[in-house]
Amino acid sequence: MTMSKIVRTAAGWLFPFILVFGFYIVMHGHLTPGGGFQGGAVIATGFVLLIVAGSYGDISRRITKASLSGGETLGLLLFIVTAITGLALGGTFFANWLADGGLIFGNPVLFGANPGDLNTAGVIPIMNLAVGVEVLGALSVIVLYMLSGIAEEGA
Amino acid sequence: MIPAFILQHAPALLLCVPMLGAFATPLLGRLGAGIRNAWALLAMLATLCVAGILTSEVLANGTLIYTFGAAAPSFAVPLDSGGIPIRIIFAVDAMGAFMALSASIVGTAVLLYSIASQKKNSGQDGYYGLLLLLTVGILGMVCTGDLFNFFVFLEINSLAGAALVAYRVDKGVAVEAGLKYAVLSTLGGLLVLFAIALLYGQYDALNIAMIASRMQFTLLDKVALVMLLVALAMKAGSVPMHFWTPDAYSMAPSAITAFLVVASQASLYGVFRVVFSLYGLALDCLTVGWIIIILGVLSMFVGVTMAIPQKDVKRLMAYHAVSQTGYMLLGVGVALAVLGNQDLLAAYGNIAMQGGIFHIINHAMYKGLLFLTAGAIFYRTGTRNLNRLGGLGHSMKWTMIFFIIGALAIAGIPPFNGFASKLMIYESVFLFNPLLSIIAMVVSILTLASFVKVFHSIFMGPALPEYAEVREAPLPMLIGMGILALMVILFGVFPQQVVDILVAPAAAALTDQGGYIASVLGGA
Amino acid sequence: MLYDLPFLAAALLMVIGIATMLLRRNLIKVVMGLSLVEAGVNLLLVALGYRGGGIAPIFTNAPQDLMVLPTVQAMTLTNIVIGIATTALMLSFVMVIYRRYGTADADAVRRLRG
Repeated sequence: MTMSKIVRTAAGWLFPFILVFGFYIVMHGHLTPGGGFQGGAVIATGFVLLIVAGSYGDISRRITKASLSGGETLGLLLFIVTAITGLALGGTFFANWLADGGLIFGNPVLFGANPGDLNTAGVIPIMNLAVGVEVLGALSVIVLYMLSGIAEEGA
Repeated sequence: MIPAFILQHAPALLLCVPMLGAFATPLLGRLGAGIRNAWALLAMLATLCVAGILTSEVLANGTLIYTFGAAAPSFAVPLDSGGIPIRIIFAVDAMGAFMALSASIVGTAVLLYSIASQKKNSGQDGYYGLLLLLTVGILGMVCTGDLFNFFVFLEINSLAGAALVAYRVDKGVAVEAGLKYAVLSTLGGLLVLFAIALLYGQYDALNIAMIASRMQFTLLDKVALVMLLVALAMKAGSVPMHFWTPDAYSMAPSAITAFLVVASQASLYGVFRVVFSLYGLALDCLTVGWIIIILGVLSMFVGVTMAIPQKDVKRLMAYHAVSQTGYMLLGVGVALAVLGNQDLLAAYGNIAMQGGIFHIINHAMYKGLLFLTAGAIFYRTGTRNLNRLGGLGHSMKWTMIFFIIGALAIAGIPPFNGFASKLMIYESVFLFNPLLSIIAMVVSILTLASFVKVFHSIFMGPALPEYAEVREAPLPMLIGMGILALMVILFGVFPQQVVDILVAPAAAALTDQGGYIASVLGGA
Repeated sequence: MLYDLPFLAAALLMVIGIATMLLRRNLIKVVMGLSLVEAGVNLLLVALGYRGGGIAPIFTNAPQDLMVLPTVQAMTLTNIVIGIATTALMLSFVMVIYRRYGTADADAVRRLRG
C-alpha cells in the first residue's frame, strides 16, 4: 500500500523540518518547555510520517531496526556514563560536574529577565541529548516492529 | 581493605552497576554470546559484592544516606532549603540492606542458571538486559527514601517483569500471562501514584521521612493508605489479589520465576515500609495490624488449598508462594498490632517481626531453589505435567537432592531454614492469638503433604521409557541451584547467628520510625 | 468550585477508566481504560500544583514571584513516559495474542485456568 506521489513528496520535504524542530526541542530542554523525551518523540513522529507515506518495505530498507536500537543503546550509555562521571570526579552519582565550569554548557545562569543562554546548565543538556536519542530510537523501533507484524499478516 | 570511595558511594553503585550492565548488554551481544554472558555475570557478581559491602557498612554504622547529585552524599538537607530535603535521597537502613542482599544472592544464582537454561533460545540480549533491569528495579525499590522514586522503580520492576514473563513469545499463553501481569501491575502502579499525589498535596514532600514527620492521619491519608496497601499487596501476590501469580509464575521461564518471587517481595517490603516508616504510630495499629494478619491468614490458607489439586508443577509451586507470603504478612502483622505497646512488643511482637522478616529471605532462597529444580526438570523432559512425569530419581540425582532440600525447607522441617523462621512465627503468634498459630501449623502440614505428592510423582517409581534419554541438568544450572541449596542449609543450621546479625537489626530498623526520620532529616 | 473541577474531572476519568477495564471484553479497550486511569492520575498531579494566577515555572524569565509548582509537572512527565512504555508493551502483547489466538476478546483468551 503506497500513498500518492504528492503525499510522498510532501513527507520527504517535511521530514528535515521535523528533524530540526525535534532537535531544537531536545537542545533547548534546559531553557524552555520540552527536553529529551518530547524532542525524541517529535523526531519519532517524523519517522512515522515517512512510514505512513511510503511503504513499509521502502522504509525498513532505509532505516533498519538494528541501527535504531543501536542508537537507543548509545543514548542509554551516554546517559549512564555522564551520571557515573560525576561519581568518578569526586561528586555523587548524577552530580552536575559541568555546571559553571567554563567548558561546554558551562556559563553561569544569569539572574533576572533574559532570553536564556544555551551554553548553561552543565550536564542537563547532555542528558537531554542522550534521552532524545534513546527515545527516538525506542519509539521508532516500536513502530517498526508493530508494522512488521501487520505487514506479515497483510502479505 | 575496601576503599572509602566504595563505602561512601555504595548505595549509588548498587544501582549504577546493574544499570550499566543492562544498558551495555545489547551492545556486547553483537560481539558474541560468550562475551555478553560473561559481562552480565560480571555485572551481577559486582552487584552482589556491592550489596554485601553495603550491608556490612549499614550494620556497622547505621542507616546510610545517599543524596543524588549533591556535592557530597550526606548533604540530604541543603542549608538554604529551610530544613526540607529536596533531592532524590536513598535511605538504606538495615531492612533495605537486608532485602538488597537477599535479592542479589538470588539474582546471581538465577543468572548462572540462565546461562545454561537459555542457551537454545533466541533474543538473549534482551533477556539479560531485562534481567539486569529487573534487578535495578528491585534494588531501587528497597533502597530509596523517596516516594515518587519508589513508584518509578516499581514501574521499572513491573515493566521488566512483564516483558520477561512473556519472554517465550512463541507460546500464546505466555503472552497472555504477561499481559495480565502488565495490566495489573500498571493499575497497581497508578494507584500508588494516586496515593503519592494525595500525600504530596497535603505535606508538600515526597521524602518518606519528611512526610512521616509531618503525618497527621487525616481522611485523605487513610484513602492513600488503603490505595498503597491494595496496590502493593496485589503486587506481592497476597489473597484476594493473588490471581495473577499462578499464571505469571507458571508461564515465565523458570529462572525468571525464581527472580519474580524476589520482585514480589520488594512490593511486600513496600507494604512494610509504608506501614511502619511512613505512617508508623499515627496509625490505628491494632486495626491495620489485624487487616494485615487477615490478609496473611487468607493467603496461607487459600494458597495451600489451591495448590494441592494442581497438575502443573510450577502452578502448584506458585500457589505455595502465595501461601508462604501469608506467613510473612502474619508475622509482621502481629508485630504491627502491638506496635504501640512496648511490653507486648518485647514479649512477642519483636520475635514475630523477626520471624516474618527472616521468612522473606528464607522464602526467596528455597522457593527460588524449587522453581529452578522445576525448570531443570522441564529443560530435560519438556513437560511440567505431574501425571506424565515419573521415575526421574534414577537419572537426575542432583536435581532430586536439591528438590528434597527445597521441599523440606518450605514445609518447615528441621534442620532447614524454613523451620527456623516458621518456629519463630508459631511461638510468638501463639502468645498473641493461639488460633492463628494453629492455622499456620495446619498450613505447614498441608504444604508438606502437597510436596510429598509432587516428589513422589516426579522422582519415584520405575524409570519411564519416554525419559530414558534424560540426563542430569547442565553444570551451570546445578551451580545456580547449589548456591541456593547451600544458603538454605546454612541458614537452617545457624539460624540464631543469621537472626542476630541480619534479621534483628532489620526488624529494629522497621519498628524505629523516629530513628529513620532522624537519620534522613538529621537530629530533630 | 471552579478550582475543584480538575479534581472532579480526574476522579471521573479514573472511574471511567476502571469501568472500561472491568466491563469491556476487548483487550485493546482494556488497555485504553488503563490509559484513561493514567490520564486521571496525571490530571490530579498537575491540578495539585496549580496556583491561581501563577505563571509557568521558567526560572530566567520570571516577571513575578507567583509560579505554579514544577515538581508535580516533572512527576506527570515521568508518568507520561512510563505510560507510553507500558502502553506500547501491552499493545504489542495484545497484537501477539491476536495473532496466536485469532481474537482479542478477553472471554476467548482464557487458556490459563485453575
